[in-house]
Amino acid sequence: MTISVESLSFSYGPKQALQDVNFLLNKGEFHALIGPNGAGKSTLFALLTRLYALQGGNIYIDGESIKAQPASAMKRIGVVFQQSTLDLDLTVTQNLLYHASLHGISSKEAQKQIDRELERMEMKARANEKVRGLNGGHRRRVEIARALLHKPDILLLDEPTVGLDPQTRRALNLHVRKLCDDENITVLWATHLMEEINIDDPIILLHQGSILLDALASTMIEKSGEQNLTDAFHKLTDSDSFGGAQ
Amino acid sequence: MNLSASWYCFKGILSREFLRFVQQRSRFLSALIRPLLWLIVFAAGFRAALGIAIIEPYDTYITYETYIAPGLCCMILLFNGMQSSLSMVYDREMGSMRVLLMSPLPRPYLLLCKMVSTALISLTQVYAFLVIALLVSVEPPLLGYLTVLPALLLVALLLSSLGLFLSTRIRQLENFAGVMNFVIFPMFFLSSALYPLWKMQESSEWLYWICAVNPFTHAVELVRYALYLKLNSNAMFITAGCTLFFAALAVTGFNPQKSGK
Repeated sequence: MTISVESLSFSYGPKQALQDVNFLLNKGEFHALIGPNGAGKSTLFALLTRLYALQGGNIYIDGESIKAQPASAMKRIGVVFQQSTLDLDLTVTQNLLYHASLHGISSKEAQKQIDRELERMEMKARANEKVRGLNGGHRRRVEIARALLHKPDILLLDEPTVGLDPQTRRALNLHVRKLCDDENITVLWATHLMEEINIDDPIILLHQGSILLDALASTMIEKSGEQNLTDAFHKLTDSDSFGGAQ
Repeated sequence: MNLSASWYCFKGILSREFLRFVQQRSRFLSALIRPLLWLIVFAAGFRAALGIAIIEPYDTYITYETYIAPGLCCMILLFNGMQSSLSMVYDREMGSMRVLLMSPLPRPYLLLCKMVSTALISLTQVYAFLVIALLVSVEPPLLGYLTVLPALLLVALLLSSLGLFLSTRIRQLENFAGVMNFVIFPMFFLSSALYPLWKMQESSEWLYWICAVNPFTHAVELVRYALYLKLNSNAMFITAGCTLFFAALAVTGFNPQKSGK
C-alpha cells in the first residue's frame, strides 16, 4: 500500500502551514516525518486522516484519491494521534470495542482482534482496567493496538513517544518497526527526536511548511556535513541554509 | 453504506454513551433531582397561586403537579440535550472526537447515531422521573406511559439535535455557561411547561407570542397530550419540523477542523 502526497498546500487564514508538499510512502517501509515544532507535521497528519479538508493538492492511497474515496481511505489507515484520544473512564477493552464498532466490526469479531492485538502489545492482563489507571507507556500501547484493530495497511503515528521515558520510547519504536517487517504495514512516524530514526530509514524533513529533504537519513547527514543525525537536523532546521533540496 | 457495519457502529456509539452515563451517577441523580425539586417544592409553593382550569387534554380539574409533570419530563430532555452538547465540545477539546471522525462511515450518519443515542439515554431518565412522580399523585392513564414514548423520543431528538447544533457553534468549553443563560432558561420559562399559555396571555400579550413560537412549548404540549392518550398533531408537526431543521443545521455546520486542533 503506497501513499502519494501531491502538491499539498494548507493555510489557517493568512498563515500558510503547508506549501506544495510532495512525497511518496513505499509499501511496508518505516518512514520518519521529522521537523521542529510548528513545521506542519500535525497539519499534515490532520490532512492525511481527513480531519481537515484538503485545500490544495491531493492525497492518494494506492492511486485512489482520499477526497473521492474517503471511506475506503479510512478503512486502510490506522492512526495514533499526538494527544491521547482514549476515554479515561472506560476500560481498555471498552475503548477498543468502541473503535472497532466505528469501523463497522461486530463485537464478536472485534473481541478476537482485541485479544490478538493486546497479546501482541503485552497488554492482555490490563484489558479490563480503566485507562485512567494506566501509565503513559501503557496508554500508548493501547492506542497502537487500537490503531491496528481494523487491520489497516498504513499506520500513521504523530509523535507517539511524547512524554515517555527512553526505554518505553525505544520499545514502542522497535515494535512498530517489527510491524513493518512482519505485516508489511506502511508506517509514517512523526517525530523530532533523532534517536528514534535509523540511519537507513527514509525520512521526510519538513520545515516551515515545506519539504527540505526527502531521502535516506544517511543522506541528511551527508548533505549537512555533520557527524550524526541530531547535529544534521539542528543544522538544517536552525539555519535555513539548506533550502530547496528534495 | 453497509447495513451491518452501520448497525455495529450505532450499537458501539450507543453503548459508549450508556457506559459513560452509568459511570456518571451524579449526572443521573442531578437529572432526576432537578425536576423533582420543581415537582415537590416549587409546585407545593405555587399550587394555590396557579389554579388550573379544565384545559385540553385534561377532562377534569387537575393539580398543579399534574400540569407541570409533562413540562418537567421535557426539562430532563432539555438538560440532557445540552449536556450532550457540552460533552461534544469536551470531546472536541480533549481530542477524543477524532476517534469518531476516523470512522469510514459517513459523518452525518455518525452525528445521527450520537443524537439518537443521547435521546434514548434521556428517555430512561424521564421514565424514572414519571415513576417517582406517582408518589405525588401524578397519575396519567396506564396506557399513557406507552403512548408518550414516541412523543418523548421525538422531543429528545429535537433537543439533542439542538444540542449538537449548539456544539458546532461553541468554540470553547468556557463559553458553555452562555448556553444556560441564553438557551436553557429562556426555552424553559418562555413555554407552557410551568403555566398554561392563556395565563401568560392575561399578563402580557408579547410574552404570550414568544411562548407560542417557542418550539419547546410545542414539545411540551406534544408530550402532555400523548401522556393523556391524545394526539396534538399541530405540536407534532412543529416538533418534527424543528428536529429536522436543527439536525440539518448541526450536520451542515459540523466542522471537523475544529476537532483537529
